[in-house]
Amino acid sequence: MKDVNGVALAVFLLFFVAVTVMGFLASRWRRADDALHLDEWGLGGRSFGTWITWFLLGGDLYTAYTFVAVPAVIYGAGAAGFFAVPYTIIAYPLVFLFLPRLWSVSRVHGYVTPADFVRGRYGSKGLSLAVALTGILATMPYIALQLVGIQAVLDVLGVGGSGNWFMKDLPLFLAFGVLAAYTYSSGLRAPALIAFVKDTLIYVVIIVAVIYIPMRLGGDGHVFDAAAQKFSAKKPDGTPVGSLITGPKAQWGYATLALGSAMALFMYPHSVTGVLASRSRNTVRRNMALMPAYSLMLGLLALLGFMAIAAGVGKGVKGFNAQLSVPQLFEDMFPDWFTGVAFAAIGIGALVPAAIMSIAAANLFTRNVYKEFIRPDATAADETRVAKIASLLVKVGALAFVLTMDKQFAINLQLLGGLWILQTFVSIVGGLFTRWFHRWALLAGWAAGMVYGTWKAYGVSSPATKHFGGSSAEIPGIGEIGYIGLTAFVLNLVVAVVLTLVLRAAKAPEGLDATSPGDYTADAGEPSIEKAPQPAVAH
Amino acid sequence: MSSEVPALPPVSPARVLAGLCLAVPVVSMLWVASYTKEGPELGGVPFFYWYQLMWVPLSAVFTVGAYLLINRDEKARRAAAAGGGER
Repeated sequence: MKDVNGVALAVFLLFFVAVTVMGFLASRWRRADDALHLDEWGLGGRSFGTWITWFLLGGDLYTAYTFVAVPAVIYGAGAAGFFAVPYTIIAYPLVFLFLPRLWSVSRVHGYVTPADFVRGRYGSKGLSLAVALTGILATMPYIALQLVGIQAVLDVLGVGGSGNWFMKDLPLFLAFGVLAAYTYSSGLRAPALIAFVKDTLIYVVIIVAVIYIPMRLGGDGHVFDAAAQKFSAKKPDGTPVGSLITGPKAQWGYATLALGSAMALFMYPHSVTGVLASRSRNTVRRNMALMPAYSLMLGLLALLGFMAIAAGVGKGVKGFNAQLSVPQLFEDMFPDWFTGVAFAAIGIGALVPAAIMSIAAANLFTRNVYKEFIRPDATAADETRVAKIASLLVKVGALAFVLTMDKQFAINLQLLGGLWILQTFVSIVGGLFTRWFHRWALLAGWAAGMVYGTWKAYGVSSPATKHFGGSSAEIPGIGEIGYIGLTAFVLNLVVAVVLTLVLRAAKAPEGLDATSPGDYTADAGEPSIEKAPQPAVAH
Repeated sequence: MSSEVPALPPVSPARVLAGLCLAVPVVSMLWVASYTKEGPELGGVPFFYWYQLMWVPLSAVFTVGAYLLINRDEKARRAAAAGGGER
């Protein structure tokens, strides 16, 4: 057990207490008349303007786990981890095309979740349930991984990790207890307010890190030389441990992983929650142009993986956990007080997305399982009550998951989660542009993609794990190694197209479409939105 | 929505241009072979890394372009719809 870093811990706790207070006060921030409407608790009253949305989405999408895991892959394998940069570059131009339509139709019809939209568009309870359950399933391990991010920081701080099981995980219990309490009382307003602190801290820490650390290490040239040297070493089986530049055989994998992940990003329920909470169609569009500021941070942060190599972090330590490479680098390089700031950035960076994810999962359960199947006559107040309790259960579930299961299992499941959520793309994005697809064909396509993707991923082994060891496998018919999720998506699309042709020829019942073409382009201030179910007015 | 109104055609120059703006960063990043090389280095950073990092702000520029084009297009459409009678 290492010594506790007192100064760093004190700074860390200071920030933690500050955001906790903010979290509880958030319920008074821009409060509306009718706090019992699910639009209030679950979407912050659909009132956020460009800047709040920018902070909220940034806090939501660029999670603590990302900040720990991306440089960890760079540290371990080099170029392969850098796919996160093209991934986030591709994502925003791509979603620019369809998110404004999703915002408009959801605003006109009062949809809270992507599954709500699917229900309204196709009149299909089954398809809506499939989308909702996929969303919950993909989100749960993601929340669990936020805990892994906090744990990495606490480990390096020297807190927890020893004594009996209770003492060992006590800091994690505390952090999560606090998070659960203010999410319960303040809803989406809590992470929206805390996101300001989180994002500011992250920006400060990364800018300082990429200027200060290379200076101490003798310049970027030296950093990359050290990395090249490490990656040229051979594994026992004769292949190099990593590579500084993506090799010719890895290019398909790099591109498909970037594209598939970009397509999956805004299928995640927590991303949709952030988008639907914004005030207008143009708020959404503007944010797609502003979000790359975060991607730049992510790219710079990825390079910290190389700096960790050059700084000799984990050198000679047998079985060094690569997830600790960046937290350890911070502790080795920064003065204690700034280490505390950096760790607070990661810790708070875990709380914001964890809160939004649990709210998104709770919204899905409430709207698409509870109201749909258990109590169709639930009022708005009932929905809010159920969603609040569901958000607690989701977090307890994630905590139990991290404490009882192998950490590797959570990482595997999160990889699978990305693959699964991508299978809702055809139903959601397809539905935003056309009603041509048949609901049963979409359901069959979804099932085909889920089964194929899971089966393929099961067959991938890695040194760390026998199954689900990675997300790439050979693409049938092309013969290159590519992202399984994208291959499954193509299969999903083909099944949906073929079956739609068959079902249309057989004149299968198409289901009722509750939306009309004008709903997809409606903007705030127009008659169709003035007539829409209004969220209570925020003050 | 208002089919009786002489609305702008669905494919307008502004929309095509906006689509191109959005396609440029996507295509550039998916063309991995164009940037998997070490040189020329920039301040010690291999080409592979600084080239991709450079595309982050560049993609934002293209997306802003698309935003401005679409914004103008939507205003024109709304004006055309309003001028052509009630919705």
